[in-house]
Amino acid sequence: MTTKILIAGFGGQGVLFAGKQIAKMGMDAGMKVSWLPSYGPEMRGGTANCSVIVSDEEIGSPIVNTPDILFSFNIQSFDKFEKSIKAGGILFADSSLISKKSTRADIKCVYVPATELASENELTGGANVIMLGKFIKETGLFAKDEFIEHMVSSIPSNKAKLIENNKKAFSIGYNYEEN
Amino acid sequence: MAKVLMKGNEAIAEAAIRSGCRHYFGYPITPQTEIAEYMAKRMPKIGGLCLQAESEIAAINMVLGASSAGVRVMTSSSSPGISLKSEGISYMVGSDLPCLILNVQRGGPGLGGIQPAQSDYYQATKANGHGDLHLIVLAPNSIQEAADCTSLAFDLGDKYRVPVMILADGALGQMMEPVEFSGNEKTELPEKPWATTGTGMKRKKNIINSLYMQPDELESSINERFKRYDVIEKNEVRYESYLAEDADIILVCYGITSRICKTAVGMARKEGIKAGIIRPITLWPYPKEALAKAAETASEFLVVELNKGQMTSDVKLAIECSRPVSFYGRTGGVMPTPEEILEQIRMIGGRIK
Repeated sequence: MTTKILIAGFGGQGVLFAGKQIAKMGMDAGMKVSWLPSYGPEMRGGTANCSVIVSDEEIGSPIVNTPDILFSFNIQSFDKFEKSIKAGGILFADSSLISKKSTRADIKCVYVPATELASENELTGGANVIMLGKFIKETGLFAKDEFIEHMVSSIPSNKAKLIENNKKAFSIGYNYEEN
Repeated sequence: MAKVLMKGNEAIAEAAIRSGCRHYFGYPITPQTEIAEYMAKRMPKIGGLCLQAESEIAAINMVLGASSAGVRVMTSSSSPGISLKSEGISYMVGSDLPCLILNVQRGGPGLGGIQPAQSDYYQATKANGHGDLHLIVLAPNSIQEAADCTSLAFDLGDKYRVPVMILADGALGQMMEPVEFSGNEKTELPEKPWATTGTGMKRKKNIINSLYMQPDELESSINERFKRYDVIEKNEVRYESYLAEDADIILVCYGITSRICKTAVGMARKEGIKAGIIRPITLWPYPKEALAKAAETASEFLVVELNKGQMTSDVKLAIECSRPVSFYGRTGGVMPTPEEILEQIRMIGGRIK
């Protein structure tokens, strides 16, 4: 099985980081993975995105044009990529920043006010990890505990607060239920 | 060693260090600056040198100096910066000096853009500087192959005393894939009796030079070098053949484009169209024989590149125009989708039925 994921938002929202966590987890789970970022002016605050592919087969093109899963963290990326999601795919949208709703009936839409949840819980900048939590809950692509362990393993152990915050953000997303 | 997730740029830098490269000279340019960043972090810790030169021209001349002293040395840049290095590269060829030059291509001409391109194919394979010259040119298509080609590049350079270029692109430089370095460790490097390491009063002076005032002396130095080129063309051709044996349509592509073609070929096969790929890993020496052999059974060739068709002429020459050769490409930093390439395969499939 091949899962193609596109993660898009503004530079600084951690979209590249979120993609890297999925790719790293996939690699350690013995799967083939690729991670391809947009680069250049995006890094300085424009729109940024990354293509992540997790597969049990050799990966051909690393570019995701028609994602199975789209993470959208701003209205620009929603407008640009929502229509490209494969039928049967899933949209994860940060509803704090995107007031629109998808009109597509052939995809599953998951709206999480990730940015608001982050600031309510003093986790500024944690919207990406909140969304990762919801993503793992909805897709079951990887086991929850294993994913968390992998994510925090790259954080130096002297930054205990950062590890704690990431774990907290993940579980807020994982446990979030839409009304 | 376990697999690690790395950017192409970082993996090449790490592979260079593991291949015994302890000298890096460069000047920043997107999309390859991670190389210098990586080297700046690692080199001081292992007794190596990473130096940001005042320009690309200075950097390549520092490479020339270091190579003259017999050490493994590399530089890296992206398209506009490689043009600046051309003079130094030609001098290195004329002086029979090995080195690794990495071109993480971006769109041109001029400053062009910063997104991936393959529009330096002619430059890399035909004229990376003035004079009668060739570089060995390697074109990896994955992060693992980029690391392996780095190690190979140093070995080939030392063996034949020629500069070796890795022709990558912005996507390969920036993307991350798992990579393993176990095959790249070098502990013993080849002897370089020609290097200017000091005579120790025991031997005659070694002179590194590319100037010959006597035409016959220059001619014989070039002829001697071309004899080495003949050996390289005979022994160092590398390519990958993918579903090419029974293919009616052969796609010829390299680097990141070959990955997109692989996806397109898979889609075509599902539709019953017999497509396959011959992917040159060495762009010079070029896999002429593999293409000529494929032309015996295939009906048509399709070249796919991120440029306006620069490799098409090499394919036509290799198969002596015995089959139609068409081209599809995007340029300026735009990448084709597998569907666009599939459409081309379908068109050819329709007319050869």
